[in-house]
Amino acid sequence: MQAKEIAQRKGKTPDRLISILMEYQKSKSRNYLTSEDLKAVAGEMGLPESRVFSVASFYSLLNTEPKGKHIIQICRDVPCYVNGSFNIREELENALQIYIGETTKDGLFSLEYTSCLGYCELAPVIRIDQKIYGNLTSEKLVEIIAGYRRT
Amino acid sequence: MDNIEKKLLTKRFGQIDPLSIDDYIAKDGYAALQKAVKITPAKIVDSVKASGLLGRGGAAYPVGLKMEAVQKAKSPEKYLICNADEGEPGNFKDRYLMENDPHQIIEGMVISAFAAGATKGYMFIRGEYSRPIYIMTNAIKAAAEKGYLGQNILDSGLNFEIELYTGAGSYVCGEEFALMLCLEGNPGRSTFKPPFPTTEGLYNKPTQINNVESFANIPHIVLDGAEAFAKIGTEHSKGTKLISLCGNVRSKGLYEVPFGVTIRDIIEKLGRGVAGSGIKMVQLGGASGSCLPANMLGLALDYKEMADDDLTFGSGAIIVMDDSIDVLDIVRNTLEFFRHESCGKCTPCREGIEHLVILLDKFIEGVATKKDLELLETLIETIKQTSICGLGQAAPTSLRTTLKYFRKEYTSKIKKHHAKVI
Repeated sequence: MQAKEIAQRKGKTPDRLISILMEYQKSKSRNYLTSEDLKAVAGEMGLPESRVFSVASFYSLLNTEPKGKHIIQICRDVPCYVNGSFNIREELENALQIYIGETTKDGLFSLEYTSCLGYCELAPVIRIDQKIYGNLTSEKLVEIIAGYRRT
Repeated sequence: MDNIEKKLLTKRFGQIDPLSIDDYIAKDGYAALQKAVKITPAKIVDSVKASGLLGRGGAAYPVGLKMEAVQKAKSPEKYLICNADEGEPGNFKDRYLMENDPHQIIEGMVISAFAAGATKGYMFIRGEYSRPIYIMTNAIKAAAEKGYLGQNILDSGLNFEIELYTGAGSYVCGEEFALMLCLEGNPGRSTFKPPFPTTEGLYNKPTQINNVESFANIPHIVLDGAEAFAKIGTEHSKGTKLISLCGNVRSKGLYEVPFGVTIRDIIEKLGRGVAGSGIKMVQLGGASGSCLPANMLGLALDYKEMADDDLTFGSGAIIVMDDSIDVLDIVRNTLEFFRHESCGKCTPCREGIEHLVILLDKFIEGVATKKDLELLETLIETIKQTSICGLGQAAPTSLRTTLKYFRKEYTSKIKKHHAKVI
């Protein structure tokens, strides 16, 4: 989908900027927006490029570097931490053969930390794309990752 | 074991389908709004003031006073914002409210709009909350179809719509000015106060901004009356509080209790205690909250009792940690959170937190000196006093309170003898 289409549908007032960028990013296979994409949005909305860049770089759900098809976020805050999120990170690093902050060579997964996701009663928790997985164990993690590899 | 819960905001949980407005209506839903539009806005404001309802987002500012300020403000446009940018680590109560009883929040917002004279409403939900976003979107649509939102609501003359906006991953956007900047399509960086939102808020118009739980209380105050509401709780803290109980307790989850119950009762009776050998530390409110030792858990959930001890319970998270944790390790984790979430606008927060981590690491590595301890305490106070917004002001709280209640954990790490410089 093009910036033009999305901007026309959502409206071109500045308050729509974040939601336009989010949707534009979602339409991309690698979950990020290039400089060209951001310039296109600025042009469509009649906003300075600096404004669009500052918004895109400020929010953690918006990416300006290529990511995997699936983004795996591990909560690192205290409620998950005291329930073993550290182990979850190690298990995922082993399963994916990458370190936190990296993307697999096949471009399928990115592994990153996130601030609290608000599902602390299910700690430890990860989020993959839009979906939350909680009460994680090694066995569950293996299954979850295998599931994404199959699809 | 006696039941210490009191279900007011959660009484419909599990009883209704959150996607069905008819279910809500069948359980007294929108009855408070029917009642509200037949009384005057001024009387509703009086009632909310008399109820003693304090804001549930963490700052505990009287909701009735915000409502009154917006009502008295002279402006053709006034806004109402529901802050559902729940990002404080350990909190998930607003998610439960949105997922289980979305119309309770909408009804609270419409009544507030009628009282404050708001012309437009905004629901701002953090971007990570996919399911709450889906449920609230559905609920807003259903409420509009039934005429609880829109033009001339229930023949009251009130025109009020709610538009849903979502965040894009930023803790600081839970702070009211950062949130409003985000709504306007900017990076969410806080600004100096005053002016406050009630005079110059969204698009510089008078704005009532309240937490999800605050709005959810409004229908109950209107329907049951301020007097009945004020009977729940204690002299200084009225009503119930939603508690996000998490960490190492056996039964993590959401609980609703009247004010006045003790932290220990919440942990032992509702959370069924910790699985490990014992409780080492409890953090109240979330990452920005105070850390307490086990011998202080007799404290009651009460704004005044907490304030007397220079404590707060923020938005009601209770993070319980057992004996296996290391205090300094947890504090470091908390500081990492703030270092990541600082918006970078003001120096005390942006640079100060960085240096707190550097100093704390010296303790963790066992190379700290007495001078480092002094420096740490000065820096904590500086950040607390001079940061622009609540994020920076609260960032050193875990450090400050562990220095007070777990001081030995720090002093035992100070180097006894300085190595001679060769």
